[in-house]
Amino acid sequence: MEIHMEYYLVVSTIMFFAGIYGFITRRNLLAILISIELILNSVDMNFVVFNRYLFPEQLEGLFFTLFAIGISACETAVAIAIIINIYRNIRNIQAKNLNQLKD
Amino acid sequence: MEYTVLIFILPLLTFLALGLLGTKLKPNVSGSIGTTVLGICALLAYITAANYFSMPRVDGVRETIIPLHFEWLRFTENLKIELGILLDPISVMMLVVITTVSLMVHIYSLGYMHGERGFQRYYAFLSLFTFSMLGLVVATNIFQMYIFWELVGVSSYLLIGFYYTKPEAVAASKKAFIVTRFADLGFLLGILLLSYYTKTFSFELLTSGDSTLFSQAAGTTFMGCSVMSWAMALIFMGGAGKSAMFPLHIWLPDAMEGPTPVSALIHAATMVVAGVYLVARLFPVYYLETPEVLVLIAVVGAVTSLYAAIVACVQTDIKRVLAFSTISQIGFMMVALGVSGLEGHEGLGYMASMFHLFTHAMFKALLFLGAGAIIHAVHSNEMSHMGGLRKYLPVTHITFLVACLAISGIPPFSGFFSKDEILAATFAFSPVLGITMSFIAALTAFYMFRLYYNIFWGEESSHEHTPHEAPKSMTLPLVFLAVVTVFAGFIPFGHFVSSNGEAYTIHLNWTVAISSVIVAVIAIAAATALYKKKSPVPDRMAAALPKLHHAAYRRFYMDELYLFITKRIIFNHISRPIAWFDRHIIDGSLNGLANVTQRVAYAIRGIQSGQVQQYVYVILLSTVVIAALVLWFL
Repeated sequence: MEIHMEYYLVVSTIMFFAGIYGFITRRNLLAILISIELILNSVDMNFVVFNRYLFPEQLEGLFFTLFAIGISACETAVAIAIIINIYRNIRNIQAKNLNQLKD
Repeated sequence: MEYTVLIFILPLLTFLALGLLGTKLKPNVSGSIGTTVLGICALLAYITAANYFSMPRVDGVRETIIPLHFEWLRFTENLKIELGILLDPISVMMLVVITTVSLMVHIYSLGYMHGERGFQRYYAFLSLFTFSMLGLVVATNIFQMYIFWELVGVSSYLLIGFYYTKPEAVAASKKAFIVTRFADLGFLLGILLLSYYTKTFSFELLTSGDSTLFSQAAGTTFMGCSVMSWAMALIFMGGAGKSAMFPLHIWLPDAMEGPTPVSALIHAATMVVAGVYLVARLFPVYYLETPEVLVLIAVVGAVTSLYAAIVACVQTDIKRVLAFSTISQIGFMMVALGVSGLEGHEGLGYMASMFHLFTHAMFKALLFLGAGAIIHAVHSNEMSHMGGLRKYLPVTHITFLVACLAISGIPPFSGFFSKDEILAATFAFSPVLGITMSFIAALTAFYMFRLYYNIFWGEESSHEHTPHEAPKSMTLPLVFLAVVTVFAGFIPFGHFVSSNGEAYTIHLNWTVAISSVIVAVIAIAAATALYKKKSPVPDRMAAALPKLHHAAYRRFYMDELYLFITKRIIFNHISRPIAWFDRHIIDGSLNGLANVTQRVAYAIRGIQSGQVQQYVYVILLSTVVIAALVLWFL
């Protein structure tokens, strides 16, 4: 049975909005980071799906996905490092306590 | 004759040296530096004059030499400003007059200003003035003249306000500067108009008599007068301001607040004749292109002369009397220029004007320096504090008398010759004007002898200490100038200076000469009768015509009129609304803009909470709204 492109897109949309919802509602920085990962992965999925269905003889989408995964890994590492530093400074990782930058 | 550049570079260097070293020098050192340098300048000027006037004439005409000139500023091919030195009869004559009077004033000031605070500053300013005045007379083009014209104005301002702790002196210096600046605005406009149409600043081209230069302006009119008339009349306005012509004369009497030697140098002999010099310099343009402006000059000169002579008859401050007398005599020079022609014997007025400028510079400087010696002796400017001084100040008395006789036009003193030529020129132009000028000449004799008798004769007033003769440094210039005044009339002036450069032989017009001498003698006799001994007649005359006397004493309310026009009309009805507009509309709109920005900023700054998640929420919502809008409209 042929799986239509729309099914993939539905899944990735759900993932994307789940990520956004999590980003806005979670209080913990780690949970927010996980939500960001969800958003990134949904986008990666879109790349692959569009490449596979619309331009099957080309590979740009796949390679772009690989790049995106690599960069998101770096970004996660940096984010974890920031979060650890925040914990060392204010002894918690609640997003609502992080409003020093507005001053 | 390249060395002529030294004549005015040396005073500039002196000014810089004295001005910069200032109080580091001892007063008498700086005084002697200034005086020595000026002596060298005077010597150079005499050498220049001897060399210039001994040069052979070319086709019977004295040549105009430009020993030095260079381009100073180049804006475009046509618009460039040059600096240089122009030697022709009148500029050489002015070099001699300025350096002579300035040297005398320098020597005199050694005694007069002795022990004053700011002695070095005084000498620095004197040098600056001498430099600017010399630069003015040797200017090769009208723009260079304008530059030095302003420099002269500045140094006059500095010297009038020399006693800067005295409020009257400060007010007088401001008044002099503002009034002459106002006139110079006209001068600048005139220069711009003239050079716009003729495409040149150069005096040599302008006065060459080449009418093609002015062809561009032909046919262009403004308010019923040709544009060239406007240009030349505006240039004359600048000259009228510097030369204190009615109604721009109001600064000169007040300028007497400055030290007396300064009055002698600037406000009697040199700077105030700059206007006459300007008209003489541009005389061919006036005569050939705009003869109607020459008539205006003659009328302004005559009105000024009459007005100042009447006012001088009732002033009680001796320096004010001399100031009004100066205004009146400059009026004479202007009239002579106004009635003059260009060629041959028609150029009598021009020659007479320059001659009178020369002799007047000498005897008026003498009068002012004499007045300085008197003030030095009695410490007052008021006539009522003087009287009977002839016993105490013999040298001053004799020299003052010589100058009074000269200005009254008694032969053989110099004033007789020059004034007689002016009267002859005015009679040739129109008998009415001639009679008017003769009447003014009589008034001159009258008020000068009123002054003389009130100072040296009459009742002695009580003095704090016995007045004594001034020191040698002060009497020496008096004697020198008196000698010049006695003999200057015999100079064959027409051989040196004339309207077209050709030799002009002066013939005394005996009718005019005899009648003017008779008139002067009658006026002197009247003054002798009234003022030699204390007599009740002058007071009774004043009481008989109280209004006229008071009006003349208040200088016919000219100052009040000026105050009325400036304060009541200009300040109240023009400046104040403009100030209101500036403060409330222009400033107001900008301040309003700033206020609104600030208020809005305060109002919306609560939005920035620092909560990242809130920001994302806003971003998300706005993205959705924008997406919805885009979908809706596409």
